[in-house]
Amino acid sequence: MGKTLFDKIWDAHVVQNVPDGPTQLYIDRLYCHEVTSPQAFDTLRDKGIGVLRPQQIFAMPDHNTPSTSDAPLPVGAKQMEALKKNCAEFGITLFDMGSQDNGIIHVVGPEKGLSLPGMTIVCGDSHTSTHGAVGALAMGIGTSEVAQVLASQCILQQKPKTMRINIEGTLPKGTTAKDVALYIMAQMTTSGATGYAVEYAGSTIRSMSMEGRLTLSNLSIEMGSRAGLIAPDEVTFAYLKGREYAPKGEAWEKAVAAWKQLYSDADAVFDKEVTFRAEDIAPRITYGTNPGAGIAIDEQIPETGPFSAEELAYMQFQPGQRLLGTPVDYVFLGACTNGRIEDFRAFASVVEGRKKAANVVAWLVPGSWAVRRQIIDEGIDKVLEDAGFELRLPSCSACLAMNADKVPAGKLSISTSNRNFVGRQGPGARTILASPLTVAASAVTGVITDPRTFVK
Amino acid sequence: MKQIFDVITSTCIPIAIDNCNTDLIIPARYLASTTRDPKFFGDAFMHDLRYTTDGQLVADFVMNQSAFSEAPREGVHEIIVAGENWGSGSSREHAAWAIAGYGVRVVISSSFADIHRNNLLNCFVLPVVVSPAFQQELFASIAADPQTQVRVDLPNQKVTNLATGHSESFDINGYKKYCLMNGLDDIDFLLKSKDKIEAYEKH
Repeated sequence: MGKTLFDKIWDAHVVQNVPDGPTQLYIDRLYCHEVTSPQAFDTLRDKGIGVLRPQQIFAMPDHNTPSTSDAPLPVGAKQMEALKKNCAEFGITLFDMGSQDNGIIHVVGPEKGLSLPGMTIVCGDSHTSTHGAVGALAMGIGTSEVAQVLASQCILQQKPKTMRINIEGTLPKGTTAKDVALYIMAQMTTSGATGYAVEYAGSTIRSMSMEGRLTLSNLSIEMGSRAGLIAPDEVTFAYLKGREYAPKGEAWEKAVAAWKQLYSDADAVFDKEVTFRAEDIAPRITYGTNPGAGIAIDEQIPETGPFSAEELAYMQFQPGQRLLGTPVDYVFLGACTNGRIEDFRAFASVVEGRKKAANVVAWLVPGSWAVRRQIIDEGIDKVLEDAGFELRLPSCSACLAMNADKVPAGKLSISTSNRNFVGRQGPGARTILASPLTVAASAVTGVITDPRTFVK
Repeated sequence: MKQIFDVITSTCIPIAIDNCNTDLIIPARYLASTTRDPKFFGDAFMHDLRYTTDGQLVADFVMNQSAFSEAPREGVHEIIVAGENWGSGSSREHAAWAIAGYGVRVVISSSFADIHRNNLLNCFVLPVVVSPAFQQELFASIAADPQTQVRVDLPNQKVTNLATGHSESFDINGYKKYCLMNGLDDIDFLLKSKDKIEAYEKH
């Protein structure tokens, strides 16, 4: 029987199978950010041990970094200082706040060629699934597990089951990778892939850009899957070639030859397999307080679904309601979901020649300093500025509101981020998840707007 | 945080919220600590459901009801009976620290999110998966009598609703069970495997 892509990577990283227990899995790459790592470094100090393979570990603050030139909030500054001190003490490369290398880990990792096909990658962050888009096995872990990797470059894991999600066909106008992810989540529910490692496949994925694939893999955890793999192909290789930490010259040729073996064999069997048609997918929005509570933008909120009466009341919506035309207070473009160059190009394509609605506060936050530089190089910042938008500094920002970017209680935000949980964007804040195109269309009208109105 | 597990018999706190994500278990603004202070995290457990935005107690939230508001101690409220898909979303181990810091030693649900489940185990809090029917019976028993006791017997992998006498067995691998019963960490195990790690790196 053939092997799945997941099996190939997993099997290549088994250090040992513990009798009547988990697998000891070797980790090629660990990323650390300032929120989930301080206590892990403390564990090392408590035990009097060092970091086993510091050269395989990269750190950067992202959750607390300000998106303006203001100083970080005091608690965030403390966590960032701890990260700096820990990296210096244990010999780990740090892309510190304000450096041109800094950004959100899940944007920076692939962008620098630190996340490569066939790798095992972990980070104390559930959206580590993002890196699966380059053909890696990438999973979010807890802080105790971060300490384990620091100490041993290994974690102990139960092998998950495998699931393949096929998407076939051409995406309709105005529909993006974000809409694909929101559609899949609504079909699968937020726990539909719990216990599985997901692989995305099919013609829709093959014709998707690297940025789109990163968006899709990013959202795997929102249906419960810790990993979202996509077999590497020419799109992957073209994206990675020449990146700072990607192999060069002969080593590159050798690496690509090996990476070309990273696919699910034709006779590989998955524990579960589902197929969706791209033509069934429209621009989407969420209406509830979990990412699976979503609809096509012109649909009504269902009478029953993955929500409780309290959750819908929190959103101030009713069953049967249509949301098109509902006034929005905040728009957020950014996060590890949609903070890449393609997302800013998409947003700019809609707002070009138009003006930001007066009732809307807009936060446009690039996912990394490299993305920000490219925005400026391509003149996108001018387009945004002419339309009344301001480009901010890289950060996780309003995705989880740990820095100063908090949506006030009761205000409605339409956001390219990944979670519409109660209070996620600030205590009492209400969040609608959508694509950069939908967020842009809503930013210029001031109400929830179908992007197909604007997209040629 | 290390605890030796054997048999725990206790009253329960019923948190009948399905898909309760870790943002609800501990909101992001309480992640801003660089220590594992159990009191800090325990106080933040379910914070935004326990308190209004201006800091008042939410009277009808279960943890604020007189039958369930007492902080956990031996035999009292050491067990949470939770809705399905408990701990979804963010990987923040702070959620497990909040649960452990509050004094809870066992969480019973019909399903757990994968990352949170591992985090609980690494914090010596036992996640117990039961059937939806058993879970609903527990909720019903506790609703009828908040003093309902549940016995969680790790050595025999058995959970019993003492109000009805009904039991179910639960899964845990032999390795993790041994760790919990002897207060051993995964990191200790991994540190002892250095020769295997180096052999792997050379192959």
